[in-house]
Amino acid sequence: MPDPTTNPGANPTANAVVNPATGRAPLLSVEGLRTEFPTRAGVFKAVNGVSFIIDRGETLGIVGESGSGKSVSALSLVRLVAPPGRVVGGRVMFEGQDLLAASDKELRRVRGGRIGFVFQDPMTSLNPLMTVGDQLEETLRLHLGLKGAAARGRAVELLKHVEIPAAESRVRAYPYEFSGGMCQRVMIAIAIACNPALLVADEPTTALDVTIQGQILALIKDLQRELSMALLLITHDLGVIAHMTQRTAVMYAGRIVETGPTSALLGRSLHAYTRSLMLCRPTASDTTSRLLTIPGQPPNLAQELHGCPFAPRCPMAEAACTERDPELLELAASHTSACIVAQRDGLSAVVDRLPAGGGSLAGSAR
Amino acid sequence: MTAEHRAVAGPGSRAGSAPAVDAADGPLLRVEDLRIHFPVRDRVRQTLLGTVKAVDGVSFDLHQGETLGVVGETGSGKSTLARGILMLRRPTTGRVFFAGQDLTAMDAETLRRARRQFQMVFQDPWGSLDPRMSVMDIVAEPLKAHGLAKGEELARQVVDLLQMCGLAARDAGKFPHEFSGGQRQRVGIARALALRPRLVVADEPVSALDVSVQAQILNLLRDLQRELGLQYVFISHDLRVVRYVSNTVAVMYLGKIVERSERHALFSLPLHPYSKALLSASLDTDLGEASAEEALRPAARGDLPSPLSPPSGCRFRTRCPIAIDLCAQAEPPLEEKSPGRFVACHLVPAGAGTPDLAAHAAHSGPRLQTPPEGQARGPALA
Repeated sequence: MPDPTTNPGANPTANAVVNPATGRAPLLSVEGLRTEFPTRAGVFKAVNGVSFIIDRGETLGIVGESGSGKSVSALSLVRLVAPPGRVVGGRVMFEGQDLLAASDKELRRVRGGRIGFVFQDPMTSLNPLMTVGDQLEETLRLHLGLKGAAARGRAVELLKHVEIPAAESRVRAYPYEFSGGMCQRVMIAIAIACNPALLVADEPTTALDVTIQGQILALIKDLQRELSMALLLITHDLGVIAHMTQRTAVMYAGRIVETGPTSALLGRSLHAYTRSLMLCRPTASDTTSRLLTIPGQPPNLAQELHGCPFAPRCPMAEAACTERDPELLELAASHTSACIVAQRDGLSAVVDRLPAGGGSLAGSAR
Repeated sequence: MTAEHRAVAGPGSRAGSAPAVDAADGPLLRVEDLRIHFPVRDRVRQTLLGTVKAVDGVSFDLHQGETLGVVGETGSGKSTLARGILMLRRPTTGRVFFAGQDLTAMDAETLRRARRQFQMVFQDPWGSLDPRMSVMDIVAEPLKAHGLAKGEELARQVVDLLQMCGLAARDAGKFPHEFSGGQRQRVGIARALALRPRLVVADEPVSALDVSVQAQILNLLRDLQRELGLQYVFISHDLRVVRYVSNTVAVMYLGKIVERSERHALFSLPLHPYSKALLSASLDTDLGEASAEEALRPAARGDLPSPLSPPSGCRFRTRCPIAIDLCAQAEPPLEEKSPGRFVACHLVPAGAGTPDLAAHAAHSGPRLQTPPEGQARGPALA
């Protein structure tokens, strides 16, 4: 039976998406999500038919470069896309509820309640005029109805939970009195305040130093296990993906081009874009070869695209690639790819044609 | 190598008329006990709150054909060091010699002329280009300022520079907003190379770029180094990038170099506990033997101390997993523990880093990846 991630059309019973691996409904299932931004240059299709599922307690990584639509996808789940951007299509089923059809009141219960959010920049995500404690208590009041001493007590508890030293006194501090890493801990405390079933972390460590990054990622892992949360981790960093996730989706030009178990996806990529991303990175073992580069630019999403969006930059592209829109198909166990060459030539097609250290393939041009 | 580089760099049409600042055999750049301190005042009362010692006693040599990578996190002083080297920020004390001449002793006009030979590439390709100037004007500006070309010759040189950096002649008429981040960084590099410098200090030149664009710029910087005989000081927080471009790597923490060593030696066997922490915290897709989770566990505890009141003794001791009482009492000097390996740590014994001790130290080094034989080529550009 095909994975619903790969082939949403294959499941005709609209209200019963079932994960074939578990036989149960996943915590979150996203089908054909489309988000657009009208601009003077045309309608910018930031997210263009994205589908994925997350099971309870599972970690899914979404990786992609700037403009790939990974952050907009996450915001679209709970309709947080700022106008004039809007979600124009798809279905988001979360705990049995269709979030795109939910009322604003219902959504407010989900946002920050059942789904916690952690964003990239902790310094601007926190309100600079409110103490850390007040911001935590705001969430506790809105979602759990906690007030006064009970709310303060829970706020201190949460700060301790995210390993902020001297939580009893720091609860009265303002965000500017915290370092970037500590602010991100506060953000995490707010995100987990209501024991969410899903934590969405959008580039949670990108603004932080590398030694702090490890601390924050380790904290997120610990909390995930303790609270049995599912985690949707959005990042541009393949290293973070490799250490944090079991399953990963790769986004390019508003679409998912490959999904799979993380180790298989990184080691035996089934899409030339994923493989190219791996090979562009300087590695430990080779400091002499030229780096592989991806020629050209991502497509303008305000224009009509035909065929595979990566084809104009793809070293494996053929005439057929631009003729029809590729579908995500399962080529190996839970491993899907939207590359028609890989779909035809098999599992080693991409790795064989883009070998490590073969920087000359696309790297000859400046 | 040296001779070859000089030949490539050549006494080009302009380089020939440069001030005679060539020291025959000395290092191209020598930094001696450089200190850059900033007084911090209360915003309202203007009382002195303290001094941030952003760079506090940094010394190194950079030779022909070399690239020095400087790694460190926020507050390590690496960007201040970059500005100090180029005299964009006058040092509090210490000296900087470029081709044997003391830049700190130069008057403004002499320094202005000497600047032709050392230029800077900045991190932010959005903030470092004037949005109201065309690319032609941006790249021509240094040539005009030094009176090196005008008219058609100027335009021709600008086009040459753009092409050298992978841009097209028609790009000269465009404005910065018409370019992507990677292309802007190429404009910034073309501007830095306009005066045919011998030293380029690049401060996080690829940090604002996507990984695929990063690779293009790193390849370009390498190509240019080979073609023009450039020396780089390459500043980055990204260990992978530094490892790729540098021959020598200096690790900075709170204003000081804590370890300086040849690239492969440092990355295969870091000796300073902070270098180890940095290396283990850098997440690679290659997980090695350590489990994915285990590798996340931080080797450095806590947060960076306030640079206004750094810890006594060794500045890393508050986060160091192996600190002892001595570390709080005495500041460890940067010592050559074994040939070419400079480490500022009381607990790294003399001789550490030599092959016979490597095995002993290896088990404490996190996630070691020894480069295969034959990787350790000479300086630069294989």
